[in-house]
Amino acid sequence: MLIINCPYCGPRDQCEFTNGGEAHVTRPKNPENISDQMWAEYVFFRSNPKGIYYERWVHSHGCKKWFNSVRDTSTDEIIKVYKIIDKKPLPKEFKNKIKTPSGEPKVGSGNFTVKK
Amino acid sequence: MKRKYSIFSILKNAISGHENWQKMWRSPEPKKSYDAVIIGGGGHGLGTAYYLAKEHGLTNIAVIEKGWLGGGNTGRNTTIIRSNYLWDESAGLYEHSLKLWETLTQELNYNVMFSQRGVMNLAHNEHDIKEIKRRVSANTLNGIDSKWVSKEEIQKIVPIMNTDNLRYPVLGASFQPRGGVARHDTVAWGFAMRADEMGVDIIQNCEAHKILIENGKTIGVETSKGIIKSKKIGIVASGHTSILAETAGIRLPLQSKPLQALVSEPIKPVINTVVMSNAIHAYVSQSDKGELVIGAGTDGYNSFTQRGGFDVIEDTIRAMVELYPCFGKMKMLRQWGGIVDICPDASPIISKCDIEGLYFNCGWGTGGFKATPGSANVFAHTVAKDEPHAINAAFNLDRFVTGKLVDEHGAAAVAH
Repeated sequence: MLIINCPYCGPRDQCEFTNGGEAHVTRPKNPENISDQMWAEYVFFRSNPKGIYYERWVHSHGCKKWFNSVRDTSTDEIIKVYKIIDKKPLPKEFKNKIKTPSGEPKVGSGNFTVKK
Repeated sequence: MKRKYSIFSILKNAISGHENWQKMWRSPEPKKSYDAVIIGGGGHGLGTAYYLAKEHGLTNIAVIEKGWLGGGNTGRNTTIIRSNYLWDESAGLYEHSLKLWETLTQELNYNVMFSQRGVMNLAHNEHDIKEIKRRVSANTLNGIDSKWVSKEEIQKIVPIMNTDNLRYPVLGASFQPRGGVARHDTVAWGFAMRADEMGVDIIQNCEAHKILIENGKTIGVETSKGIIKSKKIGIVASGHTSILAETAGIRLPLQSKPLQALVSEPIKPVINTVVMSNAIHAYVSQSDKGELVIGAGTDGYNSFTQRGGFDVIEDTIRAMVELYPCFGKMKMLRQWGGIVDICPDASPIISKCDIEGLYFNCGWGTGGFKATPGSANVFAHTVAKDEPHAINAAFNLDRFVTGKLVDEHGAAAVAH
């Protein structure tokens, strides 16, 4: 269970929120002119990284506002929370601690936050 | 070396204190190259190697696994087996698997403890009734032994269930008598042992780092034990499949989420079938040890942490206690999470891709265990012949572009 810092209400329990999937996915400008492949990319294909992940949340049992967060999916650590109108923070702002390509540290289960 | 298990071998080894059992498989170092490499040493991956060797004569192959065999989702599920899926494509695939389960113990000469105790899917409202009855009819047309059972019949099969005095009363159910459970570890071990006998190298503690591609062709894989060359690579890495695919420049429509399960303290037999409820999200069976094996849901967000959120367990336990009031004072012993890779249509991907010699068996989401032998069998065919088996032709990657999805959100027991 996560504590999510809603930019409007402050820190609240995660069960008050609903996840909205990947953030910063833009709808293609001319859907009638693009290929099926590109449309499929927009409808079905989302990134699924083990590590830094940009995602949307809605405070559905609170202020009902949407906002974005940056979370490390290998630890569930929420690194940054920002409003929809804010600029996307660049990945280089965050230090990715992942050691191996699959994201596991050389020894252990990868649950960094548990070990902290 | 052929390993035979019988009452005599058990007696013989009992006399020597069970200290002289032979090893079930070798632990070889990887060779420089193989005819095919399977990434992922769970049930699906080991089964693929078994069928590649047995049915397609490919024995110069390897299975590489980053941890230990069956330590991923094969060891983290609730072992439920059924084939009552809605669409013809899925019915074909899961029924193929169920038929293989029925003879797997004999085939492997290793007891996978497949127990056909029946699987029940409960209906709690008018919509459930219609949806489930439709599915029962579809199953019947596909020759699957699914039937509608009334509330009175449910009370006879599962007397401990509270059918009336709860917020969403039980109104009926579908029942598949041939469904059941199996022992998860022995499936992985059985396939591993028999594949090893045919010459397959099973390499544990060997993590795949990068798929190596040259001129649109697969040439090998970079691992923690060095580069292994192979013109054919099958990726069967469940939750981590999309990460490996990315190293080959391929995007898959998968999202990885934790799926949790838990077991109670062992008690005397109280429930002799598998009962699942989509609507209130609680499913349970009783293991041979007497523990209640309870399946919880997926978390609402992507994660690779293999643990999951506590609120998900709370939801499941709340439903369990209402449905079975006598479980109210029981203690839960263990809880765990596995990382499942979910497709937008809740159906798997068993497919080739644009890169020659690269194959995927993924997207099993919340229900891969039941399909273990069937998935392995058709995937072995796909890898060996470089074309899909008739059974898995519909489960290709192209379906997300053509729109010919196999939507099984209704039949997948875990809502997502």
